[in-house]
Order: sequence, then C-alpha cells, then structure tokens
Amino acid sequence: MDAEIKKNLVDPLVDNNPITWQILGICSALAVTTSMNTALLMSLALTTVVALSNFSISLVRDHTPGSIRIIVQMIIIASLVIIVDQFMRAYAFDTAKKLSVFVGLIITNCIVMGRAEAYAMSHGPKLSFFDGLGNGLGYSLVLLIVAFIRELFGAGSLFGVQIFELTKDGGWYQSNGLLLLPPSAFFIIGLLIWVIRTFKPAQVEQPTFRIHEEINPQLV
Amino acid sequence: MEALLSLFVKSVFIENMALSFFLGMCTFIAISKKIETAIGLGIAVVVVQSITVPANNLILNYLLKEDALGWLGIYGVDLTFVGLISYIGVIAAIVQILEMFLDRFVPSLYAALGVFLPLITVNCAILGGSLFMVERDYDFAQSVVYGIGSGLGWALAITALAGVREKLKYSDVPAGLQGLGITFITVGLMSLGFMAFSGIQL
Repeated sequence: MDAEIKKNLVDPLVDNNPITWQILGICSALAVTTSMNTALLMSLALTTVVALSNFSISLVRDHTPGSIRIIVQMIIIASLVIIVDQFMRAYAFDTAKKLSVFVGLIITNCIVMGRAEAYAMSHGPKLSFFDGLGNGLGYSLVLLIVAFIRELFGAGSLFGVQIFELTKDGGWYQSNGLLLLPPSAFFIIGLLIWVIRTFKPAQVEQPTFRIHEEINPQLV
Repeated sequence: MEALLSLFVKSVFIENMALSFFLGMCTFIAISKKIETAIGLGIAVVVVQSITVPANNLILNYLLKEDALGWLGIYGVDLTFVGLISYIGVIAAIVQILEMFLDRFVPSLYAALGVFLPLITVNCAILGGSLFMVERDYDFAQSVVYGIGSGLGWALAITALAGVREKLKYSDVPAGLQGLGITFITVGLMSLGFMAFSGIQL
C-alpha cells in the first residue's frame, strides 16, 4: 500500500509527467508562467483542486451511474474551483487578478478531468488523493521551471525581487523581452521535452514517416 | 460599428485564443495531425463559441450580476460567485442541445462534426471565451462579435498548424524532439508570426 502511494506521488514528477508526457493541462502551464508569483499560486490552486477532486470523485464512484459521470465530475470540480477562486480573491487579490481567467479554467483543465476519469473512477479515495497530489506536483514542477527561466532571464527578477541589475537601471543585464511574450513559453516547454526525452529515451515517439528506410537502414 | 469591427479583428488575430492566450491547447495539439479533422473541429468551435458567449452574457446580465434579478423585483442579490458553475453548465447544455438539433435537422453537418462536439465541452477555449467576456464586461453586441471572432481565430490557428504538421512528418527531426517537442516549437514560431498583427488597430 505504501509502495503504491509512493509510486503515485513520484511517478508523475518526471517519468509520467502530466504536461510533458500525458499532454494534459498545457493551456494554463503556458499562460501563467511569466512570473514566479503567478506560477506558484496557480500550482497551489491546481494541486489542491486535483487532489481534492480525485478524493471526492473516488468517494462517490460506486454511486455514480456511468451515463452521467461526466456531469457529476464536472460539478464536483467546478465547486472546488469556486472555493479556491474565492479563497484567492480574499487572501492574494493582486496575484489572483493577474491570473485572470485561468483560475476558472482549472475546471476544464485536462489534468483534473483526465485523472478523475483515468484513476479516481477505479481506485480508492486514499490512493486517488495521492495520485492527484502527485500529478499536481508534476504540473507544478514544470510550471515553476518554466516560470523561473522566463522571469529570471526575461525580467531579471525572481518573485518580483531584482536578481540581475537591468541596463535600464544602470546595471549590466540586458533583459530578453521575448521571454515575457507568449511564444517563448512554447519554446521552453518544447526544449524541456527534448531534455527529458534525451535522458528518458523510452519516451521518444516514433516518427510517422521515414525517408529512405529501405535504402540505408543503419542511417535511420 | 467601427468599434465592433475593431473588436472582431482584435479577437481573430491580435488576441488569438490559441496562440496568444494558449486556450484549448490540449485539443489544439492532440487533434492537429490532419487538416480535415482540424477543419471539422475548427468549425465546431466557431459554432459553439458564437452561441455560448452571447448566451452566457445573457445569463450574467439577467441572472447573476448584482441586482440583475431586478426584473423579478428581487434586489440586493449578487450571484456572481456561482458564475463558474453556471457557465460550464450552460456550455454543456448547449453542446448537448446542438448535438440533438443537428442530428435531427442537419444530418450532414452532424456527421461531419459528430465526434468533436462532445469534446468541445471541456475545451478551455470555450469556457475561456465566456470568462473573458465576463472579465472585460462586454455588452450583448460585443459578446456576439467576440464569440464569432475568437472562434474563427482558433479555427484558423488549428488549421494552419495541421497544415504545417502534415508537411513536417517528411522532415528529419532529432529523436528527442519527435512528435510533441517539435509541435511545441512549431506553435511557438506560429505564435511569433501572429505577434506581427499586434500593431494593427482599426
């Protein structure tokens, strides 16, 4: 039992990461990573929602008819998101304002729905809770890495505290404006996937098409 | 009128749902391997988006906002906190109704959209459109224009990506970037291209 909990917690961090391997929950991962503050708050929000929703969905899984399960899951998730959203507005209003619609979009975040469907519907509450927690942490890990790169090199700061002195304030660091713009998020995640797959060759996808396969097989 | 036109151009190109707000990314990446399916999904998004955004606008203005229930003679009630759950409910219901309606009256379109319609309920571009409408306080006319525009922008982006990916499969990509990785880089470059629109104002 303990081994399984540990597996549920650790697996989604790198090996089975929701973003880089399962392709889930990418939307918010890209949008909220311009600064560490927003990324951290978003990670907390998502981890809370996915862990609790997995737990509650798993509790009612035996009483949910298959035909209406999506709507039941949706209602549970939406209620949890509303609670988290209200909490944020109460205690971290400024950062919550910057997250704008993305807190609400946790409802349609595929990680939450995906884990509910794939795991919570067929496992007990305790295991589901840790599965949700693990996936939330895996998501947070990617989010924080991307936000770290984007904020440090894009604005020269971390959590809003200046680390590199910018040239416009008389320092030495010329900030890279591209990193604060949307395209850079795609590049960073793309490269991150490349790094992970270089170390975990098992994750490499097979190309759908190969050129000259029959002519020179050892080249491909 | 000009303001509406400008909003339309803005929502299609400058504030493109997929490429500058990253909405609907999961489906965007997963269903863009073939042009035909991408177009099918794109049309479905345009249809659903242009119905749900105005519908949610009406819900917000006549049911949820502070004192919005005035037409029933009820004052001092602010229901905006149940917004999220009502928008997603409305979207799920509209998608379901649309599915039944198309099945009965426009079977050809139903056959073309069939598989994609249920998927759309959980597409963040749809809920995102409604949430942006709420956040920016659009009136009814604006919400209609915004719904159509943002849907079109998303459809345009996914079709373009599918076109690129169809050609991409003939290229020699490094092993680790194969599949998901190179798709991200491609989308990044497209997003860079779409940023060229950002100076346009009507």
